[in-house]
Amino acid sequence: MDSSFSARSEVLRSIRSALGQRMEADRIAAQYGALPRDYKRAGTLSQEDRLQLFLRRLEEYGAGVKRIASHGIREEIGGQLAARGCRRLVIPYDLPAAWLPLSFEFTPYGGEGKLSSSLGATELDGMDGVLTGCTVAVAETGSIVLQSGPHQGPRALTLAPDYHLCLVFADQVVETVPESFAVLDSTSCLPTTFFSGPSATADIEMTRIKGVHGPRFLDVLVVE
Amino acid sequence: MKPAASSHWSGRDFPVAARELLEDSQIRSNVRHATNVIQAKRDAVTGELADWQQLRDAGEAIRAHSLAHLDFYLEQFEQGCTRAGGQVHWARDAAEANQIVLGLIQRHGVSEVLKIKTMTSEEVGLNQHLEANGIRAHETDLAELIIQLGKDKPSHFVVPALHKNRMQVREIFQREMHLPELGERPEDLASAARSYLREKFFRLKVAVSGANFLIAENGAVCIVESEGNGRMCLTLPDVLISLVGIEKVLPRFRDLEVFLQTLPRSATGERMNPYNSIWTGVREGDGPKEFHVVLLDNRRSPILADAESRQTLQCIRCAACLNACPVYHQTGGHAYESVYAGPIGAILTPQLHSMEEGRSLPYASSLCGACYEVCPVKINIPEVLIHLRGKIVEEEQKTLAGQLGMWNLGMAAAAMLFASASRLSLAQRLGQIVQKIFVNRDGMIEHLPFPLSGWTQTRDLKPLPKQSFRQWWAERTPPGEESIGDPDRAGQAAGRGGSDGQ
Ligand code: SF4
Repeated sequence: MDSSFSARSEVLRSIRSALGQRMEADRIAAQYGALPRDYKRAGTLSQEDRLQLFLRRLEEYGAGVKRIASHGIREEIGGQLAARGCRRLVIPYDLPAAWLPLSFEFTPYGGEGKLSSSLGATELDGMDGVLTGCTVAVAETGSIVLQSGPHQGPRALTLAPDYHLCLVFADQVVETVPESFAVLDSTSCLPTTFFSGPSATADIEMTRIKGVHGPRFLDVLVVE
Repeated sequence: MKPAASSHWSGRDFPVAARELLEDSQIRSNVRHATNVIQAKRDAVTGELADWQQLRDAGEAIRAHSLAHLDFYLEQFEQGCTRAGGQVHWARDAAEANQIVLGLIQRHGVSEVLKIKTMTSEEVGLNQHLEANGIRAHETDLAELIIQLGKDKPSHFVVPALHKNRMQVREIFQREMHLPELGERPEDLASAARSYLREKFFRLKVAVSGANFLIAENGAVCIVESEGNGRMCLTLPDVLISLVGIEKVLPRFRDLEVFLQTLPRSATGERMNPYNSIWTGVREGDGPKEFHVVLLDNRRSPILADAESRQTLQCIRCAACLNACPVYHQTGGHAYESVYAGPIGAILTPQLHSMEEGRSLPYASSLCGACYEVCPVKINIPEVLIHLRGKIVEEEQKTLAGQLGMWNLGMAAAAMLFASASRLSLAQRLGQIVQKIFVNRDGMIEHLPFPLSGWTQTRDLKPLPKQSFRQWWAERTPPGEESIGDPDRAGQAAGRGGSDGQ
């Protein structure tokens, strides 16, 4: 396309003429490497304090939280779902069967072949909720990160259903945002979603209210 | 040539528009309430980070570095995005951006699209352009929906409807969504928006967004939001089009570790906003099948050439400077008559118009420095304001009208007075006598006659004191000690100091 090609070269030319001479790539890289980064890049809290901070932040956002033992995953999930009155759930196709309590209906989603069903957004919306794991979590900000990795599924899965039950393993919880990026960096091309509490808005008189378009209800089980 | 749409709404000057708004006490109290709440939250969550200043330093350095090598990083971004299945388009100006987006939408034969809040699309007037071509853009951010249904304009770029209170929002929703029974609690209003939009999220096939950051190293795009409307738009439709200013690029993915700390804390006073999404191109079975990025110049590139005002483009649009600004507090955003309000708007808007529009905006500031103090990327807004004022004056001095203008003549006269001790003291003595007829009952001067009336139009003056500093100094200095208090040196220093605030 002619005009788009000339737009590209014109914009780049205009930038170049404003900036002056262009540096070699390795000099730019060296300059980048020398940028100041004196902010906190590693946590200092003990594991116990870190977990407590994480849970406190989530509660402040209005999420339900519970610490559970690794041998009790299935029972705890069952208890949580029953308490929320959920029966029909959608799960990432690769969620371990050992997590799934009986007497609930789980529909696998994503993946290829017979493992998955292909639900549209409307069908997802019709589910009682979704159950997933995560990639990493940040204590300081009460954030959980999904990266379409194991036990997480594609993005629509954790978006359309109104309830999200998320399992976070204690060793997935880091203290600071930079530590979470150290974990995410090697898979940075995967779709990445940070979520911090249930969906919310403060657009009306700056009152934070829960629940607009994303899941309105969030429970987090921290597995130790 | 004037672009088809302009981020500067009208030719009205700031003082004219501000005067009107100052009379709207409802808007003023809504703005005051909202900015006070955000600012208090912002202060609390930035104050709790021991490394806040180091984060600001890093943020400034990364943004300045990205701008210094903008062509390099944009090309890198383009490669990464294309490799991942995205398509990159370039737009020289607003008209071209509108045309590209319209063309992409038309290719899919739809007449409705979803929109995520984007100031860049306000800047180019995208919605109007689509509307004129028979395409309805549905704003999905709660505040933008309020603005769109209320046929209003945004007044703040993080909380665009902060000038509306709940009663006003209820009225708009009752009327436009046909919900006569709707309650007034924010919860009721949010759930009305949820049901109004939900069907659209599931039905519409094309979405248009902006972006907070572009990542050069892998071609990723990052959007920071609260409600989940962003996630809906960039996950469910088949086609996603992101319109992004060329300045938004960051070198590496890990640079987000700085901005995802500073942006939410500065913008809404939260440790983290509810949702951040980062994605690269398209991915089979996850999200849109077609992804386009439209890179918009629209007179950003010439700003790079000016070493002093280049920092304007470091902005990450957190709006902390609006919330901190005493002028914005009083007037709200509409007085700036521009998509970009507040202190950053005062420096960005005129530059985006090659200093041909918005020329009163660099004067819409008391230069108190509050904006600089809160800015997470350390843009020295007062410095840029003064620099732009200087440019405006220089340009005006090039024209005959400017040379004969009141400001120029006044400044020339002042320069002449301040340059000589005897002329200054003569003028002071004259002033002390003549001013008596203008001093009102409160001991202030409200109106001076032409040509000085321009000065008293926007401020009351204190009269000259009965005794000037120089008169007082001359009386108290013992003879033989003139050298310490050399009145000529004192006079010149006072002259320079006095003209600083111009
Ligand atoms: S100038 Fe600074 S404080 Fe103002 S919006 Fe931009 S980044 Fe935020």
